[in-house]
Amino acid sequence: MTIDAMDAVFRALADASRRELLDRLRAENGQTLGQLCARLAMTRQAVSKHLALLEEANLVATVKRGREKLHYLNPVPIHDIGERWISKFERSRLQALSELKKNLEGGEA
Amino acid sequence: MTKPYFVYVTYIRSTPEKVWAALTDPVAVSKYWFNMTVECPFTPGSPWALKYDDGRVADTGEILEADPPRRLVIRWRNEFKPELKAEGYSRCTITIELAEYYPGMGGKAVKLTVEHGLEGEGGKFIEAVSGGWPKVLSNLKSYLESGDVAFKE
Repeated sequence: MTIDAMDAVFRALADASRRELLDRLRAENGQTLGQLCARLAMTRQAVSKHLALLEEANLVATVKRGREKLHYLNPVPIHDIGERWISKFERSRLQALSELKKNLEGGEA
Repeated sequence: MTKPYFVYVTYIRSTPEKVWAALTDPVAVSKYWFNMTVECPFTPGSPWALKYDDGRVADTGEILEADPPRRLVIRWRNEFKPELKAEGYSRCTITIELAEYYPGMGGKAVKLTVEHGLEGEGGKFIEAVSGGWPKVLSNLKSYLESGDVAFKE
């Protein structure tokens, strides 16, 4: 991953509305612009702008189905960033720690 | 047409021909796909199989479309885990394009898109492959860009 590409990812993630859009796609992958707008307190124009920025950062991938454009959460850049700072020996220990936290807090880690 | 369950995209500093070769050459595949080997002539209608290094069969299927170096469609079923095999066939569409723009790569990048969805109902198979693809794609990218991979197993 280039430095410029990583900058684009962090810039995209620095905005709460864009993180909310990613959460919506995590809950239901493959939504149209219309479906995403219907459930958010944002204008269609704002959602469209945020999606363009997320796609530029490669955090959202789009597929055309007929006349519709479907949006998918693309976790590949986040995976690449994790790989940069997490060594492979730490991976299982971190997973155990995260499971422990999840169990103790009784919710999502 | 059913919606794909997931779409993954990675940008690789390479050429479409090299990416196609990495996806179809058994020696290359074993280097970034955790020692798995692929057995397939990659022509439409030919059988396709992914095997562990000890010869056990992990997945089998058929090539539905092969248009080198642009598009590959595989009909794909797990053979190793009964609960995954029970969900039946999935369809994996791999698209290779020249990227118009990607930050820091000056227009010299390949956009690799992997779409993978089940033909019928179920969620275990897609859950299993969606955990594997990011690692495989990450490895494929480093294999093509630097000749080395991050995840050996």
